Amino acid sequence: MKSRYSIFSLARNAMNYHKDWERAWRSPNPKPEYDAVIVGAGGHGLASAYYLAKNHGMTNIAILEKGWLGGGNTGRNTTIIRSNYLQDASIAIYELARSLYEGLSADLNYNVMFSPRGVLMLCQTEHELRAFKRTAHANRLAGLDCRMVSPAEVKEIVPIINDDPGCRYPILGAYYQPRGGTGRHDAVAWGYARGADSMGVDVIQNCEVTNILRRGGEVVGLETTRGVIKTNKVGVVTAGNVSHLMQTAGVRMPIESLCLQALVSEPIKPVIDCVVMANTVHGYVSQSDKGELVIGGGTDPYNNYSQRGSFPSLEHTVTALVETFPIISRLRMLRMWGGIVDMTGDRSPIISKTEVKGLYVNCGWGTGGFKAIPGSGFVFANTIANDRPHKIAEPFGLNRFTEGRLIDESVAAAVAH
Amino acid sequence: MLLVHCPVCGAEGDETDFHGGGQAHVRRPATHDPANVSDEAQRDYLFIRHNPRGLHFERWRCDRGCGKWFHAARDTVTMEFKAFYGITELPPRELMEVATGEWATYFKDILKAEKSP
Repeated sequence: MKSRYSIFSLARNAMNYHKDWERAWRSPNPKPEYDAVIVGAGGHGLASAYYLAKNHGMTNIAILEKGWLGGGNTGRNTTIIRSNYLQDASIAIYELARSLYEGLSADLNYNVMFSPRGVLMLCQTEHELRAFKRTAHANRLAGLDCRMVSPAEVKEIVPIINDDPGCRYPILGAYYQPRGGTGRHDAVAWGYARGADSMGVDVIQNCEVTNILRRGGEVVGLETTRGVIKTNKVGVVTAGNVSHLMQTAGVRMPIESLCLQALVSEPIKPVIDCVVMANTVHGYVSQSDKGELVIGGGTDPYNNYSQRGSFPSLEHTVTALVETFPIISRLRMLRMWGGIVDMTGDRSPIISKTEVKGLYVNCGWGTGGFKAIPGSGFVFANTIANDRPHKIAEPFGLNRFTEGRLIDESVAAAVAH
Repeated sequence: MLLVHCPVCGAEGDETDFHGGGQAHVRRPATHDPANVSDEAQRDYLFIRHNPRGLHFERWRCDRGCGKWFHAARDTVTMEFKAFYGITELPPRELMEVATGEWATYFKDILKAEKSP
């Protein structure tokens, strides 16, 4: 068991010029056999491994990552956390995740910097106003702490917003979730990795899975770049790379991989203390603790595995935000990047068993996975351990596409669709 | 930034002049055999998508030119277009032969039929 991080360990290590901090997790070689293997050490994979060990006592497990831990979409997103979705199934899982975020730092003994600063979703057309009112009613029925706010109150919450009623997309109101906010994406990955590792889970980086091995419709192991690993339970959590990995097990996925870009500005003094999403004009923004504006928008509209987006999408996003926040028009942008997101037809995730015994899949989080990490890991671990879907995961099974039982969040979800 | 060429009117432009229409050559089961459409076939038609890391075949529309739909073959890693061809046509033979994964399975029967007419 690792020593706990605390004010005392900080003081003790300060005495020694911080030279004696132990590694946050080991770097083990893969064993020849495990009880279960999670493929993909992003947030969702790490959370799944953590809850498998913590809630279900499965500690003889490994999590394999082709690159470095949290180096995919977990390190590339805009860290927004909210749960105000339209459909009951979505509300259940996103609210489970949001509520787990509230106690996550204490649970992991790792500061994930969850900051419930409020998420404000602007209504800039009559249509949008009506749609969000509908979502607000649905959310109130589900017991979420959310409410509609007036244009005057929007201006109070975000003073830098353009409140000119004559502009092309005037602010007609907003949908507000005060308990939503942001977190520190890397810390979420690192905290889960450290927590899983301390319970005996092998976190193995630079180990790409090339083939899922089957015998008679059952998973028997994995071929990796570091040799064959035997196991009877495999959880695939590989986001944009899920299609071709699942194909090695003969499972075809309802997924398309697109590039979603984000960018940050140079750091400025605090101007915005909540998350603002402007869905009609396709842009969202929050301010990091360092003072950078963290900006995101919609996906590039064609399949892409290159992790590099195209300029027109970025221009579209920035144009939208300059219209909404005129004072940022002369800010310089420091960095931009792209991540490969896995989009499903109904824009809801897939947490599912498959027709191959022992093969489980957790993917399809598309443009909004970060907010769901703790809840997704929690229910996916339960699904793997018990070999049957957790109650909250059940509606998100692959069978919904055959049964026509879609969880349609394509309009209600957010900006990027 | 993608540079796209319309095989119908010959227009050339960047991706903002065109509109990507997703996977090409999707067959609607009810068109071919309306009496026998299984739930699985309808699911495949509506939701299951080839999502290759590499050579992909897509539909595009010449938005600001002639307005016609056409097909394109593109690499999803390098973003390079390999060919543009008509909406009723199959890809060039050499591309069908190098296609991988689900596309290889899709083109296999067509290539076999061409070899033994």
